[in-house]
Amino acid sequence: MSEQASGLLTVAVLVAALAAVHVPLGDYIARVFSSDKDLAVERAFYRLSGVNPQSQQRWSRYAVSVLAFSGVSVVALWALCTWQGRLPLDRGATMDWHTAINTAISFVTNTNWQSYAGESGASALVQTLGLAVQNFVSAAVGIAVAVALIRGLVARRTGLLGNFWVDLTRATVRLLLPIAFLGAVLLLAGGVIQDLAAPQVVETITGGHQTIESGLVSSQEAIKLLGTNGGGFFNANSAHPFENPNGFTNLVEIFLILMIPFSLPRAYGRLVGDKRQGYAVLGFMAFLWTSMLVVITWAEQAAAGSPTGAMEGKEVRFGVWSSALFATSTTATSTGAVDSWHESFSPIGGGGALTNMLLGEVGPGGVGSGLYGALVVAILAVFIAGLMVGRTPEILGKQVGRKEITYAALYSITTPALVLLGTGAALLVSGAKGAILATGPHGLTEILYAYASASNNNGSAFGGLSADQPYLNLTLGACMLLGRFLPIIAVLALAGSFAAQHRRPTTDGTMPTHTPLFAGLMVGVALLVTGLTFLPVLALGPLAEALS
Amino acid sequence: MTVQLASPTTQSMPKEPAGSSLWRQFGPALPGAAAKLDPRRLWHQPVLFVVWVSAALTTVLAGVHPSWFAWLVAIWLWATILFANLAESVAEGRGKAQADSLRRTRATATARRLTPAGEEEIAAADLRLGDHVVVEAGQVIPGDGDVVEGIATVDESAITGESAPVVREAGGDRCAVTGGTTVLSDRIVIQITAKPGETFIDRMIALVEGAERQKTPNEIALGILLTVLTIIFLLAVSTIPPFAGWSGQRPSVLVLAALLVCLIPTTIGALLSAIGIAGMDRLVQRNVLAMSGRAVEAAGDVSTLLLDKTGTITLGNRQAADVVAVGRNDVNAVHRLAHLSSLADETPEGRSIVTWTAERLGMTMDTPSDAVVVPFTAQTRMSGLDLADGTQLRKGAAASVCRLVRDSGGSGADEASAVADRISAAGGTPLVVAAGATGAPIDAVGVIHLKDVVKPGMTERFAQLRNMGIRTVMITGDNPLTAKAIADEAGVDDFLAEATPEDKMRLIKSEQEGGRLVAMTGDGTNDAPALAQADVGVAMNTGTSAAKEAGNMVDLDSDPTKLIDIVAIGKQLLITRGALTTFSIANDLAKYFAIIPAMFVASHPGLSALNIMGLHSSNSAILSAVIFNALIIVALIPLSLKGVRYRPLRADQLLARNILVYGLGGVIAPFIGIKLIDLLVQLLPGM
Repeated sequence: MSEQASGLLTVAVLVAALAAVHVPLGDYIARVFSSDKDLAVERAFYRLSGVNPQSQQRWSRYAVSVLAFSGVSVVALWALCTWQGRLPLDRGATMDWHTAINTAISFVTNTNWQSYAGESGASALVQTLGLAVQNFVSAAVGIAVAVALIRGLVARRTGLLGNFWVDLTRATVRLLLPIAFLGAVLLLAGGVIQDLAAPQVVETITGGHQTIESGLVSSQEAIKLLGTNGGGFFNANSAHPFENPNGFTNLVEIFLILMIPFSLPRAYGRLVGDKRQGYAVLGFMAFLWTSMLVVITWAEQAAAGSPTGAMEGKEVRFGVWSSALFATSTTATSTGAVDSWHESFSPIGGGGALTNMLLGEVGPGGVGSGLYGALVVAILAVFIAGLMVGRTPEILGKQVGRKEITYAALYSITTPALVLLGTGAALLVSGAKGAILATGPHGLTEILYAYASASNNNGSAFGGLSADQPYLNLTLGACMLLGRFLPIIAVLALAGSFAAQHRRPTTDGTMPTHTPLFAGLMVGVALLVTGLTFLPVLALGPLAEALS
Repeated sequence: MTVQLASPTTQSMPKEPAGSSLWRQFGPALPGAAAKLDPRRLWHQPVLFVVWVSAALTTVLAGVHPSWFAWLVAIWLWATILFANLAESVAEGRGKAQADSLRRTRATATARRLTPAGEEEIAAADLRLGDHVVVEAGQVIPGDGDVVEGIATVDESAITGESAPVVREAGGDRCAVTGGTTVLSDRIVIQITAKPGETFIDRMIALVEGAERQKTPNEIALGILLTVLTIIFLLAVSTIPPFAGWSGQRPSVLVLAALLVCLIPTTIGALLSAIGIAGMDRLVQRNVLAMSGRAVEAAGDVSTLLLDKTGTITLGNRQAADVVAVGRNDVNAVHRLAHLSSLADETPEGRSIVTWTAERLGMTMDTPSDAVVVPFTAQTRMSGLDLADGTQLRKGAAASVCRLVRDSGGSGADEASAVADRISAAGGTPLVVAAGATGAPIDAVGVIHLKDVVKPGMTERFAQLRNMGIRTVMITGDNPLTAKAIADEAGVDDFLAEATPEDKMRLIKSEQEGGRLVAMTGDGTNDAPALAQADVGVAMNTGTSAAKEAGNMVDLDSDPTKLIDIVAIGKQLLITRGALTTFSIANDLAKYFAIIPAMFVASHPGLSALNIMGLHSSNSAILSAVIFNALIIVALIPLSLKGVRYRPLRADQLLARNILVYGLGGVIAPFIGIKLIDLLVQLLPGM
């Protein structure tokens, strides 16, 4: 089979699988978060932690719960990383204090930026008890916040958004755990390793010695992708043969990345009682994903002028098509796992991956964060265009007034501000400047990519940048923290102010938010806002490189 | 409740200027615009403040390193602010002209205050709430109040433009008088209900001048979005130096300032307040005074309209719609008898019968000079004519005429009353016509069908409203049967029959519970609570001061049909704001394509590929973008004042249309505009 044919077939199989799964999974997610019943294990958890699952929270309480939970998680994970040498299952891995801070923030914010090397930086205890646990709960936090926003849109003057602890528990127990289990089995069947054996030391052909680490890879791999986390067990991430041995596992991994983000619009449609609303959001997400896939695949195919495209930095077992597919999917969600080196992509291909993140990761975005990001785009679209139908803008019968637009605007300004200020400041600090490998536009892209990845909680690394140094660890950590929680607070405040409103009836005078036109409008708003913010720096980075 | 229909023939308000004369207003507005260059006046408008700082900065830079380019950029940045202020000044100038004409009518006269000791003459400005004043024919009413004694005709043309005098009397719903109007006849005693300086005319002046203009909720929300966009662009532009510095380039601060001004939403930022002022102005031109901009905006959001039947949906009076012959009578003969019997009937109903039958007969008759007119009385409930040949003609309420027929031993009473019942059942009013020789039995000959006539064009307007997603509810004191018949004919969505003020209030509250915004009109004191409860309450100027106080708009023409226009004006205001915002943001794309290659082409020659407009040079590209950015404001001032053309369409149709025109148009127009400007600018020195 030719490269093109197998590539197209891979995409076709992926799309077919997603199309098949998003309806039942979306419906299931909607049921999970609207059901009155608690599972026995959940009840036990609530009793242990003293949570009353019946109590409903206002937005401020919901937000405090999110922040408290995440704050405690950061501290606990930092302690675990810092003192891993004195804890069981130690293999001599260590982290500097600033690396530990960066890592703790990174995994709690669902970023999974790794400034340490996977196999040598973290002990098995840190990997399983720290990182793997955060892979689940940080994803669950994102889903919970998205569900809270939907509840705000549906509520009629109650001001209540549900209970964070219940949402967190249900997302973990009923959604992430079972699917991650199935995913782990599938990956295991495909050849991903899963053992607790000691590292093997082998003698290489040249006579040198190499330590080959192994561990509980398959189980961690599944949630790494399903929860759009992206932190690899190994430094080489999904390019490592133990994590991702072949084309089949590669496809499964991409599928795991995309399945929840692409199912959430359906759940949204279900929960608001109008499936068409979900289709519009899905259409918006799918259009962005498809467009970026076409751009990146075309760029990589066209690069180097050879029929195989640019193979530098890509695994031969995946080829150009699957690498482009993985790169698109991992940056369009908040995953950040890589099966190829984005640094080695063509300027437009690498710039495409960068643009995916700069768009705010909404096509389809991370678990939960993609949906709430897309809904904020919808709110902006409603506000700008909604006036053009001669009414106060409203979405699902909820007015977008002074308070709502303030929160939506705060959401939208946070990550661009972090990316621009972070990158700009780093270029003025000699230490950070020295960490950049390439010169000229490509070097600018390296540092811009790092701050875009951290601020948008993606976690993928462009490469080239020596990120494990205090200035970068701390500023990128700050970007991750602010890039995660400021938008979450804005979303919850938005949800709270929606929840306090009447729900106005839909009439012919209401701007429809379920039509292809509206989905197109959302695309326009997302592209225009991102384009206008980042065009100067993109022109100096990827565009200048591509056009030179 | 009574509704007086007034159709103004003359208006004291200046008419909306035509497009060409609008340009003529720019000249007088220039000094005002220049005065607003003071940064202290701008700092609460972040967009324009940023332009001011940029302009000041470029001026300093141009002074330090003078060049044609630097000075041209600086001059055009100042021009941008000037044009932005011009928009507001023109809008305010129009209001001032109206205010001046109102001020001339303001009472300067003295008042004759009644005191226990007798009458004393004091200045109108010294009147207090509750004072009683006497006004006689030829005198100007010194302040707003209610007539507590007497009846008078009053010339209110000073505020309404309506030249026909109106009657004002003590008690009832026509007791309110407005300061500044003139008593034409008789003598009345007025109790003052407004403090000096807070009278209706004072409020009108403040409103049209925009002195008390407060930002509306929508305007504030839009302002927040514009501020945030400004912050984003400030970040995007201020981080360019380190990014460009990585490649060893130092972009000039002058160019960065120019880029910043081009990117921030100056167009909508400049026009935003003008749009708001112009929206109020459009209402004033239709003789409607909105007490707040919030009310105008709410009008656009209205989803339920409560309309009074009489005067709004139907013509005030019942009219002949049919004549049914009874027994073996010839229809033509019945028409003739109906015609004759109504000739002396001067009521609107009677006249409508004459007109209707004359059309059928193809001729009109005069009352025979020898006939005796039998006038209508409350006892007989009929009227008629006794002709010289001894024929008696009677026309009146079905029951009364039928009794007369039966008593005289005449025929047709049963059939006539059956026809009458049928007409009643259909919501009409039957009048039975009977005729007979004196002394002989009187026979019922036919039944006239009177009905409420729906105003021409109302059915289409209701269909339009439905299309716009607005529900119409007809309010009437009629019984449900009659109400339903008219509601069906007019095509309203619902009706409230035998409505009391309490019913109205309940209806408004239940609509609001469901999240709907309600608009209504009213004029009586008992309408006041409902007017206050409604989101848009339009009080008729003929109404009581309680009603005017409760509503958030006053219609000087007292035309309840205008509610529909008010909704359209509210929508037009919001659409204009949205359209120009979309246009303004969409414009930025082209400006980037002009400025980014111009800025970076020195260090990255490849970026010249982005110069898709083929602009002459870096300098000409930047200057062209700046000039376009300034001129587009001037070009859009007429649109912002007149408002975007509004068509009553469904929301999705409106959206598609406006996105095409203002979204896509906003992307394309500047590419063409900047290119054209560049063709001229390249001829300038220093390009």
